[in-house]
Amino acid sequence: MDWLLHPESTGQKFTLMIIAILLFVVVMGVILFGIDRIKRAPVWLIVTAFLGPTLLFVAFGLVYPGIRTIRTSFYNAKGTAFVGFDNYVKAFTDDQFQTVLRNTVLWVVIVPIAATFIGLVYAVLIDRTRFESFAKTLIFLPMAISLVGASIIWKFVYEFRPDIGNIQQIGLLNQLLVWLGLPPQQFLLNQPWNTLFLIAVMVWIQAGFAMTVLSAAIKAIPDDIVEAARLDGLHGIGMFRFITVPSIRPALIVVITTIAMATLKVFDIVRTMTGGNFNTSVVAYEFYTQSFRAQNAGIGAALAVILFVLVIPIVVYNVRQLRLAEEIR
Amino acid sequence: MNSRKRRGYAAAAATGASLALVLTACSGGDDNGGGSGASASADCSAYEQYGDLSGKTVTVYTSIVDPESKQQTDSYKPFEQCTGATIKYEGSREFEAQLPVRLQAGNAPDIAYIPQPGFLKSIVADYPDVVVPAPQAVQDNAKEYYTQSWIDYGSVDGTLYATPLGANVKSFVWYSPSAFEENGYEIPKTWDDLMTLTDKIAADHPEAKPWCAGIESGDATGWPATDWLEDVVLRTAGPEVYDQWVNHEIPFNDPQILDALKTVGGILKNDKYVNGGLGDVKTIATTPWNEAANGIPDGTCYLHRAANFYQANWDPDLKVAEDGDVYAFYLPGKTEDDKPLLGGGEFVTAFSDRPEVAAFQAFLSSPEWANEKAKVTGQGWFSANSGLDPSLLQNPLDKLSFDLLTDDSYTFRFDGSDQMPGAVGADSFWKQMTAWIGENQSDEQTLDNIEASWPSS
Amino acid sequence: MTVIPPTSLIDEDEGPVRAAPRKLSRTEQRALAAKGRLSSPWASGLAIIIAILWTVPTFGLFVTSFRPRSEIRTSGWWTLPFNWEVTLDNYQQALFGSSTSLSTYFVNSIVITLPAVVIPISLALLAAYAFAWVDFKGRGILFVAIFALQVVPIQITLIPLLSQYVQWGLAGSFWVVWLSHSIFALPLAIYLLHNFMKEIPASLVEAARVDGAGHVKIFFQVLLPLLTPAIASFAIFQFLWVWNDLLVALVFVGGTPDVAPLTVRVAELSGTRGTAWQLLSAGAFIALAVPLVVFLALQRFFVRGLLAGSVKG
Repeated sequence: MDWLLHPESTGQKFTLMIIAILLFVVVMGVILFGIDRIKRAPVWLIVTAFLGPTLLFVAFGLVYPGIRTIRTSFYNAKGTAFVGFDNYVKAFTDDQFQTVLRNTVLWVVIVPIAATFIGLVYAVLIDRTRFESFAKTLIFLPMAISLVGASIIWKFVYEFRPDIGNIQQIGLLNQLLVWLGLPPQQFLLNQPWNTLFLIAVMVWIQAGFAMTVLSAAIKAIPDDIVEAARLDGLHGIGMFRFITVPSIRPALIVVITTIAMATLKVFDIVRTMTGGNFNTSVVAYEFYTQSFRAQNAGIGAALAVILFVLVIPIVVYNVRQLRLAEEIR
Repeated sequence: MNSRKRRGYAAAAATGASLALVLTACSGGDDNGGGSGASASADCSAYEQYGDLSGKTVTVYTSIVDPESKQQTDSYKPFEQCTGATIKYEGSREFEAQLPVRLQAGNAPDIAYIPQPGFLKSIVADYPDVVVPAPQAVQDNAKEYYTQSWIDYGSVDGTLYATPLGANVKSFVWYSPSAFEENGYEIPKTWDDLMTLTDKIAADHPEAKPWCAGIESGDATGWPATDWLEDVVLRTAGPEVYDQWVNHEIPFNDPQILDALKTVGGILKNDKYVNGGLGDVKTIATTPWNEAANGIPDGTCYLHRAANFYQANWDPDLKVAEDGDVYAFYLPGKTEDDKPLLGGGEFVTAFSDRPEVAAFQAFLSSPEWANEKAKVTGQGWFSANSGLDPSLLQNPLDKLSFDLLTDDSYTFRFDGSDQMPGAVGADSFWKQMTAWIGENQSDEQTLDNIEASWPSS
Repeated sequence: MTVIPPTSLIDEDEGPVRAAPRKLSRTEQRALAAKGRLSSPWASGLAIIIAILWTVPTFGLFVTSFRPRSEIRTSGWWTLPFNWEVTLDNYQQALFGSSTSLSTYFVNSIVITLPAVVIPISLALLAAYAFAWVDFKGRGILFVAIFALQVVPIQITLIPLLSQYVQWGLAGSFWVVWLSHSIFALPLAIYLLHNFMKEIPASLVEAARVDGAGHVKIFFQVLLPLLTPAIASFAIFQFLWVWNDLLVALVFVGGTPDVAPLTVRVAELSGTRGTAWQLLSAGAFIALAVPLVVFLALQRFFVRGLLAGSVKG
């Protein structure tokens, strides 16, 4: 039965995959069926059945490593000696850290707002049009493309060539500048704008996510509400402001929150496009380099903990929204 | 130059006697005989020392990926056919980040090819129970076929852990032989000649620049600039100071190093000399290192300092030869007799002492393997193994590199940043050199910042 | 007893298959569309501008993937019409240039991805249901805790998880990739699905409860059908993330051809020291094909008026 662990042929792989899915379905099915058979099952049993597997997974895969990381952040690079808050002090007093923190805040503020706004506007504009499916696919594409693909795509947007002799631009943005009679720019080098050009890449990727989720939410707005509003004379931007946006408010919060979380963690864009140079680094990228390149587990862990802390405002905001929703219900 | 040591088989076989000597003629393994026809028929007598390893598997983890990995796996075929062992090869460009993860999690490969002695040192320090010192057969091969300095790079505190797999030479300047001929330029023999040539090119060709350079390399951006500085430290301060600097016996911002950096800046930060076809000085920071020299065939620049492995980046239709489209000359020293040589290589490190692992490690340190590798490699590989038969190298630049590497009049030094602690050699050194160019950071500030980042312990 | 959703939800002739419930007839929809759109030339113009801005960079990559290397580095992709030099070599090389057939990597990617989509979505649906519709103590705190776990970077989990897998003797098998992807997907999946779950009118759930339905029945018979669009949209994203994942695959299964997914192969197309843009762009498009098909296939589940109908009923 070695193929259950290490399948070799294509047939074995697919069989294994089907077995895995069936196994999961059967196990969950037995649990739920069992619960259903018990008359007046106590709440704790129901909660255990519905939540138990999830809590096990999450405790093992996320909570335990998280706690370990917090512990590591108080130890030295090799994890052999307790150093108190030294790693945090080192992280905060680093010359670069102010910039890194500023960049991170810029990312977390701009990306969710811009991506959600563009995704929302686009979802509304194409809603109920004949080309909806095609139009959605266009915006969705950046989400589907791998990071390797995305980094090449943007290389051919930002690439710089001097405007001399018969040298041609190969970056689209600089070609546009040259056509307009302006000098080409080094978009990834010139501070402080370079951070914004990196942020643009993330907005480009995440707008597809916002668009897809918000489009589904827009479709859930009851027709009679729309109809009633129209009878009241609402059209165009008025309809957008007073009907569409309030109706999908919960979905908007979800989208903004999700993108903000993803943005906090993202470092691949910085890594492939500038390598964190020219003052473009963010906390997640510093965490990555310290942990995996400089082999400095302590400071790496401290930076990860700083990420945990940065997420608190987002969590608090969500809790408040959740409370509001509960009250309404 | 080394004479051909193909008769070294007997010696290798004798030294390998400590391994189990089970006699097996080419057992098993006929199924993968198709790949490299020439080697498949090689006789197995040289492999008898490794014994019968049928059914045994050795896992190898490296940073070498396709298409180079194909040449690696091809070169293992005679070993697999003669011993019956299976080599499971895995290459990844994320090797440096992933190897410590695997070691710490207890998921070590049997063998890893570690490209930095500094990395090897920290692995030995951090995972002393996992890494295995070189077995006797490897030690014997090392003594026989490698110079002491290469043995030292693979040793930590006097214990040999790893022998070099391949090697590279970084002290090269790429140029276009045809452009040199047209303009009547000569290969410079000293540093002063080089600067005279630079000035001459600048004067002759106002539409171009003498030099082109690029140091962008994703999250490793800046490393080509560290090579520049190391090469120049070897020339302006000499190998002894270089060693002290690399081992941090003198501070990173020592005045001699500052002199060297100023010398580098005399070229790289001089708008008259750079950056041919690519723009001003700052463009060096954003130009991918493996595209920077395209100006040479295009005629927008004339000189590009880069390692021998840059040849993989030329358009495939360019001929790399002394009479071809592009070629490289040795980056000259202060005088004609002063010949420092900067280079690098990967080190075959074992994380298991199973006999088949020891046997494979011994095989990789032997001339048989080096010659086998040369046979299946079109270009871009050579070794510091003195048993390598240079006539097997198929590419003129590989031959030249091997000649320089084995020529006693050249003083070889391993890439400095690869020997420094990770926090410097794979982080602050790269970053600060990038800021030095891209943000016009001062020479002093740059070296002070790197010195400040040197780990205290 | 069975809970029958409001009849207006389902066209009778479509029977129990709820894939495409349609409340409004096509003419009604079109009439509504004609009146309801932000229909002005400005609106259409804006939509077209966004579409162009978002597509042009990708289109550039598409053009690049057909250009020879020397052309790519000397002229912009937009010069192609004036400088017609195209080649299929990049695709040839990306598809067949490896010593291992690309189909092996495709198979691995599919085998990795499907369970890694099905398992977390099922678990998250159950958990989201408990958070939305089962009243128990500590519900709020537990939900916020799980939601906040989204911020844990995958990188910090690698070493603890891998050590565990090695101890279990499972490292390097598909099982641990499925498990890991499921774990990493759960916080976001629960958060998203919970949001959709609690949007469902309480009256529906109450009605079912009055009819005597237990939680399991309510979950399967009332909620699940209504959540199809939400499930479909999350499935798309989870599919993409797993399909495009490089890190989890590299760490837990490694890069050997028996198990490595397509991303591993694409990332290495450019060679040990190279950056072969032409190969990478061709590889990126080959890898893109499957997610695109999935997106188009799942789009038909985004049906209008699904929840709207339920409110009326």
